[in-house]
Amino acid sequence: MASLDDLKKRISSVKSTQKITKAMKMVAAAKLRRAQESAEKGRPYSDKMNNIILNLSNGISDIENAPKLLSGTGEDKVHLCVVMTSDRGLCGGFNTNIIKKAKLYFQKIIDEGKNLKIITVGSKGYDQLKRVYGDNIIERISFKDTKNVNYFDAEKVGKIVIEKFEKKEFDICTIFYNQFKNVITQIPQEQQIIPLNTSEKAENSLEDNYEFEPEEDEILSNLLPKNISTQIFKAMLENSASEQGSRMSAMDNATRNAGEMVDKLTIEYNRSRQAAITKELIEIISGAESL
Amino acid sequence: MSEVYSVEIVNPEKSFLSKDDVTEVVVPAFEGEIGILKDHISIISFLKPGIIKIFSKSGEESFYVNDGIIEFKNNNLSILTSLILSLKDIDKEKISEIQKTTEEELKNTEINDQEKYLLDQKLEVLKSIN
Repeated sequence: MASLDDLKKRISSVKSTQKITKAMKMVAAAKLRRAQESAEKGRPYSDKMNNIILNLSNGISDIENAPKLLSGTGEDKVHLCVVMTSDRGLCGGFNTNIIKKAKLYFQKIIDEGKNLKIITVGSKGYDQLKRVYGDNIIERISFKDTKNVNYFDAEKVGKIVIEKFEKKEFDICTIFYNQFKNVITQIPQEQQIIPLNTSEKAENSLEDNYEFEPEEDEILSNLLPKNISTQIFKAMLENSASEQGSRMSAMDNATRNAGEMVDKLTIEYNRSRQAAITKELIEIISGAESL
Repeated sequence: MSEVYSVEIVNPEKSFLSKDDVTEVVVPAFEGEIGILKDHISIISFLKPGIIKIFSKSGEESFYVNDGIIEFKNNNLSILTSLILSLKDIDKEKISEIQKTTEEELKNTEINDQEKYLLDQKLEVLKSIN
């Protein structure tokens, strides 16, 4: 049995850990509210953008001359994966879940004999992927210094992706991120952004005849790059809300576990203290008896 | 019949402005300014840097936009833009800052004609504000 002193030290160390996790939980909760708000506020933009693009792409008659960002290169050889993770740890399964999803996809691509290229956004993803897929990572981006998610960061990522596409460095681009459902549930998502998935129907459209100025394809070719940035921005917003949510529940668990541990240790501490007292008493009594 | 319709301006961060009593909106479309009145035909167009003017019952408002796309349908005008600034409480420093980066971008010789045209436009508008 550990000595009284050791127990005391352990109790106080667990208690101070508990304080930290509790504080982190509070901070995450406050940040979560903000992140959730901005995720919700960002939704109209990406939804509208999506809707307009769907309307436009349905109106395009000449599929063969459609912009490459929409129709793809017609090949399926090189896949680019943008894996979006957080820059900080201690957020439960948040990063691991994305990585797991991404790795499954990577494996599939490699098994099919296709080429794989990876861009990591956020340093945690890079840390987890570099050992196995280090050679496939062509770019690593991190926004450690910016406090809140902003559109210009997303635009930077978008520009890199588009530049690489124009240089014909890849055929298909997929992004991985966590979708925020609620504090406990975040769903890892894979979303193909190039070529654009237009199979879903635009809401309340089709019968509408739009006037376009300038021509449809010109609008489309201007709009599509913007849409890439918008989708990435949306993913970043969802991700940041998910990260905070995940961290909050992880820290909540940690605090509770620490509490349980303190209880157990305290009982053990009291027992051994009592045992020591009893032992001393027995010694005194048996000493007195023998006289 | 009243002659008003609704307009919504959204930027990536939030819904910037929403009004349902506007009589006319003038937007700097790519091929020239368009004024949109009620019952305009459905239109999709994109914007060059310029000034959006919104006339409503409560008065006139102007905004600077960097770029954007508009969609008008069923008397609903949606304007999507990545950067929008209200001219009423404009920040001169910010404008000068944008102006400076634009001038630098213009010096870049690798840009194509369309980009150059857009940047020229931007500079002109920014100068007129300042």
